Amino acid sequence: MIRSVMVMNTQGKPRLAKFYDFQTVEKQQELIRSVFGVLCSRAENVSNFLDATSIFGPDSSLVYKHYATLYFVLVFDSSENELAMLDLIQVFVETLDKCFKNVCELDIVFNYSKIHTILDEMIFGGQVLETSSTELVKAVEEISRLESASNSITLVPKSVSGWWNR
Amino acid sequence: MEQLKTIGRELAMGSQGGFGQSKEFLELVKSIGEARSKAEEDRIVLHEIETLKRRISEPDIPKRKMKEFIIRLVYIEMLGHDASFGYIHAVKMTHDDTLLLKRTGYLAVTLFLNDDHDLIILIVNTIQKDLKSDNYLIVCAALNAVCRLINDETIPAVLPQVVDLLGHQKEAVRKKAIMALHRFYHKSPSSVSHLFSNFRKRLCDNDPGVMGATLCPLFDLITVDVNSYKDLVLSFVSILKQVAERRLPKGYDYHQMPAPFIQIRLLKILALLGSSDKIASEKMYTVVGDIFRKCDSMSNIGNAVLYECICCVSSIYPNPKLLEAAADVISRFLKSDSHNLKYMGIDALGRLIKISPEIAEQHQLAVIDCLEDPDDTLKRKTFELLYKMTKSSNVEVIVDRMIDYMISINDNHYKTYIASRCVELAEQFAPSNHWFIQTMNKVFEHAGDLVNIKVAHNLMRLIAEGFGEDDDAADSQLRSSAVESYLRIIGEPKLPSVFLQVICWVFGEYGTADGKYSASYITGKLCDVAEAYSNDETVKAYAVTALMKIYAFEIASGRKVDMLPECQSLVEELSASHSTDLQQRAYELQAVVSLDAHAVESIMPLDASCEDIEIDKNLSFLNSYVQQSLENGAQPYIPESQRSGVLDISNFRSQDQPEASMHGLRFEAYELPKAPLTSRTPPASVAPSTELIPVPEPSYSRETHQVASVPSISDAGSTELRLRLDGVQRKWGKPTYSSPTSSTSNASQSTSNGVTQVDSAANVNSKARNTHDSRKPQAEITPEKQKLAASLFGGPSKTEKRPTSASHKVAKASSHAAEKSQAPKAAVVSNQATLEKINHQPPPDLLDLGEPTVTNSAPSVDPFKQLEGLLDPTQVTSTVNHGAVGATETPDIMALYVGTPAGGQSSSAENSLPSNSYDVNLTSELSTLTSGATNAGATLPTQFTKGPNPKDALEKDALVRQMGVTPSSQNPNLFSDLLG
Repeated sequence: MIRSVMVMNTQGKPRLAKFYDFQTVEKQQELIRSVFGVLCSRAENVSNFLDATSIFGPDSSLVYKHYATLYFVLVFDSSENELAMLDLIQVFVETLDKCFKNVCELDIVFNYSKIHTILDEMIFGGQVLETSSTELVKAVEEISRLESASNSITLVPKSVSGWWNR
Repeated sequence: MEQLKTIGRELAMGSQGGFGQSKEFLELVKSIGEARSKAEEDRIVLHEIETLKRRISEPDIPKRKMKEFIIRLVYIEMLGHDASFGYIHAVKMTHDDTLLLKRTGYLAVTLFLNDDHDLIILIVNTIQKDLKSDNYLIVCAALNAVCRLINDETIPAVLPQVVDLLGHQKEAVRKKAIMALHRFYHKSPSSVSHLFSNFRKRLCDNDPGVMGATLCPLFDLITVDVNSYKDLVLSFVSILKQVAERRLPKGYDYHQMPAPFIQIRLLKILALLGSSDKIASEKMYTVVGDIFRKCDSMSNIGNAVLYECICCVSSIYPNPKLLEAAADVISRFLKSDSHNLKYMGIDALGRLIKISPEIAEQHQLAVIDCLEDPDDTLKRKTFELLYKMTKSSNVEVIVDRMIDYMISINDNHYKTYIASRCVELAEQFAPSNHWFIQTMNKVFEHAGDLVNIKVAHNLMRLIAEGFGEDDDAADSQLRSSAVESYLRIIGEPKLPSVFLQVICWVFGEYGTADGKYSASYITGKLCDVAEAYSNDETVKAYAVTALMKIYAFEIASGRKVDMLPECQSLVEELSASHSTDLQQRAYELQAVVSLDAHAVESIMPLDASCEDIEIDKNLSFLNSYVQQSLENGAQPYIPESQRSGVLDISNFRSQDQPEASMHGLRFEAYELPKAPLTSRTPPASVAPSTELIPVPEPSYSRETHQVASVPSISDAGSTELRLRLDGVQRKWGKPTYSSPTSSTSNASQSTSNGVTQVDSAANVNSKARNTHDSRKPQAEITPEKQKLAASLFGGPSKTEKRPTSASHKVAKASSHAAEKSQAPKAAVVSNQATLEKINHQPPPDLLDLGEPTVTNSAPSVDPFKQLEGLLDPTQVTSTVNHGAVGATETPDIMALYVGTPAGGQSSSAENSLPSNSYDVNLTSELSTLTSGATNAGATLPTQFTKGPNPKDALEKDALVRQMGVTPSSQNPNLFSDLLG
C-alpha cells in the first residue's frame, strides 16, 4: 500500500502532500522536513530509492524523482514494487504535463485542487487505481467539464465574468 | 524565485476549467514565495488566517468564493499551520448540491479530518446519500471520502451502499467500490468477512481494470490465509497468461508493456500461493518462464516485472530453469549502469541466495562495487545482502566493513541497526575470541550508547566463561587480552557508558588475575574512570564494585592492601552519595577491606563470576528452630495448596520448609500438574526457585535451568535446585542465541573440543573437575557454541582468506557434521559419559564427543616436571585412560586422520610454540588423535603442551586447591593456551 505522496520543491517547501494514513498537521510537517533533509543530501546519479524506516517506521520504502525544481516522493510498504512505484511517479508527471502543457512548479501551486483530482484518480485509498496517463487525462477532463457545467447554472454571472476576464 | 519567473505565465494562462484561482490566492502564493525567512512566511500565513477567519464566516458568500477559501485553507494547512477553524465550513460544503463544491468539500475533509474526528458524524449522512447519487462523479467523490473518513464503527452505515456499487454500470465506480471494501478490510477485517466471495466474483469482471483492482484485496487476503485460495491458482495463472500475451485492450499498455501493474500484482499473488507448494508451483512455471522471455529489459517497468518474476521464482518451489533465468536477469541488473537496477539486483540476489547460494559467487565483484558505491541506499542494501551471506570464512571482512561504515555515518537509526547486525554476526561467526573482543570493542567505542545493554552483558559473560572451549588457559589469555585492550582504550575521552561498565567489570574480575598488572595500577585506572565519568552513577557503581573485587583478591592472596589516596577519597565521597546504591557499595567495600583473608576469600572467591551460589533450598539449618517452635505449640505449616483461604504472603514467607518441598515437586510437575505453582507470587526473599527469579528473559532462565540441572542430577544424584545469585550477568539474557534447548552440554562442548583439541587434552583434568563440580555454568554456553559451530559451516565459503584457517574450518566442519548426525543420541551419551567419568572409566568411544577426561593421570604433576617433559617426552607417563580419551574427544570424522603418523616429538615441538595458529592446532589435533588411538598407555606427546605462562598455571593450581577441590585425582591447569 502507498502511504504517502509528496511533492516538494528543492527548497523543501511542500507543494502537495497526501497521506493515506492520517497524520496530524505537525507530524506531516515533520515527515516532510525529514524527507527533504534526506533528499537534499543525496547526490545526483544515485538510485532513486531510499530506506525510509527511520522516518516512516518499519516496512516502508521511499522512491523519489527529481524534476526541475521539484521532488516527487512516494512512500509505500513492501507490498509494492520499487521500480513500479518509480514508474507511477512517471505516470503522475506525464499526466500533469498533459493537463498543463509543460508543467512547472507554479502549475502545481495554483491548481492545487486539480492536482488532487488527478492524484485521486491515480491512487485511491493507498492503492494504484489507474496507470495510463491518457485515461487519467480523460477522467480529469470529464470531471472539469461536468463541474463547470454544474457551475454555470448556479453561479452568479457577474462573478463569473469577473473571474474569467481577469 | 523560480515562482516569480512564471508568475506572468500563470497570469496569462487564466483559469483552466473549473480550477482557476482568485487574485488573492495568487498574491498569497506569490508573497509566500518571496518571503525571505520562515518568520516572514509565518507572518504572511498568520495574516492570511486572520483574513480567512473573518471572511469565511460572513453571510452570503458566493459559492465560488467559498470554494476558494476552502482551497486556501487546505493550502495553509499543507504549509503546517492550523486551519481547524475552517473544518466546519468544509463539512458544510460537502452538503452542497453542486458537483464542484461537493467535490471540493470532500477533498478538504479528506485532507483535514481523521476518521475519529467529531465532525465525521455530520458527514456520514451525506456520504450515505451521495453513494446513491445518479451522478457517478458524486459517487466517486463520496467513495473517496469513505476510504478516509469511515472507521470501524461507521462501516456498517455505508457498507450496504458500497456493496451495491460493486454492480454499478461505470467501471470506475466498481473499481473504487472494491478499493473501498479493501480499505474496510484494512480497518476492520471482520466487518467485511462475509464479502470475500464478492472479491472472487469481481475477479471475473468484464473490465480488466476492475479485475486488476480486485487483486489488491485478494493479495491481502491471501497473505493472511493462503490455503483458502489455492483453488484460484489456475485462474491467476490464466489471467497472467492472457495479460502477458497482450489479450487486454491497448489502453492498458504502459510503455509497450501489457498492463505491467496487473502483472506485478499477479506475480506477487502467485509467489504467495506457490510458496512451499510444489503442485501449485508447477502450474506457474510456464507462464513465469514466458514472462522472463518476453519482458522488455530496456524499460524501467519491464525490469520491474522481471524483478517481480525473480521474487516469485525465489518464493515458489524451485525450478532449475527458472532459477537460471532469474540468475541471468540478476547479473544483467548488477552489470547495469543504473543504480536503481543495481539496487534491485542486490535485493534479488539476497532473495535468490537462499535457494541457490552458489550464484553469489559469480557476482562477487559486482557486490563489492556496490559496497563501495557512494550511494548510501545501495550500500545499505548491499550490507543487507552481505548479512545474509555471512559465513565463518568471511565474517571478519564483512564485519570490518560494517564497522567502518558504521563509524562513517551519523544517522543514529541506521547506526543502531548496523551495530546490532555487527554484534549478531560477531556472536554467530566469530573465528576467535580475540577477534570477537576486538570487534565488540570497536562496536562499543563507536556506537556504545546505541546498542542494547544485553550486548554488553553478553560480552562480559563471554569473557567470564570463555568461548566454552574446554580450556582455562585459553580463557585466561582471552581475559588478559581483554584487560590489555581495555587498558589501552580507557585513556580515550568520552567512552560510552555501556562500554565503561564492561571495562570496569572486566578490570574488577580479571585486572590483576594474570599478575601482569599490579592492584594499585588497576585500581588507579578504576578511580580515574569513576572520576572522569562522575555523572554516570552506573559506571561509578561498576567501578566501586570492581575496586572491591580487586582488594578482595589481594587480601585473599595474602598481600597487604594499601588503598590509593584517590581511592580512599572516592570511597569516602561515595559513602556520602545521594544514590543509596553507591553508598551501599562504598560501605561494602570498606567492610570487605577490613576483613581477614579467610573471610574475604569466601565472600569474593577469585574468578567466581560463573559459579553457582549454592542455596540450601530446604533451609535445613532452620529445622531445629521449627522443631522448637512446634514443641512450644506453634501451628504446623500447611502447604499452600491445602489451604483454602486467600494467599497470605506473610504466612507464606515464614513457613519455608514445606514450601521448599513443593519446589521439589517441580521436577515432576510436567507429568503431574497438581500443584498450583504458577498462581503464586514469587516469594520475595526466601528460597526462590530458579524459575521464580524475576529475570528479564524467562525463556533464558528456563533454558539455563534445564541445561544446568542435567549434570547436577546425574553427578550428585541430588535434586536440589541451585539458585543463581552470584552475578548480575547471570540473569542477563542472550537473546541473540536462539539455539534449541535440546542441545545438550556435552554434545556442544565436544564441538569446542574439536576446535581446541590440544588444549583440552592438556587441561582435561581441571576441566573434568569443572564440569563435575562447580562449573555448571559451563553447560550454559553450549547452545551458543552449537550455534557458533553450526554457523561456521553454513555453506561453501565465498572467499577463502587464509588457507590455514580454511583447513581448520574443514576439520571443524567435519566435527560438526558428525555431531549433528548424532544430536539426539548425544544427549543420552553425554550423560553416560559424565557418569562414567565420575567412575574414572572413560570408555574409548569414538562416537562420544563428550569432553575429554584424564582421570587417573599424574595426581600431583609438577609443572616443572612437565617442562622437563617437553625435553624428554618419554619421561612423562600417563595412563591408558588418557589415551582412550584422546580418541574419545576427537570427532569420528577425524578418524580419517588416524592413520597419519604424527610423531609425538614433532607435535610437541609445535605445540610449544606460543604463537600458535590454527594450522598448528590442526596438526596437534591429529597428533592427539593418533596418540590416543594408537599408543594408549604409552608415551603421550599431548602432555607436553607447554604454556607460555607457567606461573599463571601455578596460580590456577593454587586456586583449584583453595577452592576445596581435592587435587589428588586432578591434573591442575598446567598448560596455557596455545591459541591466540
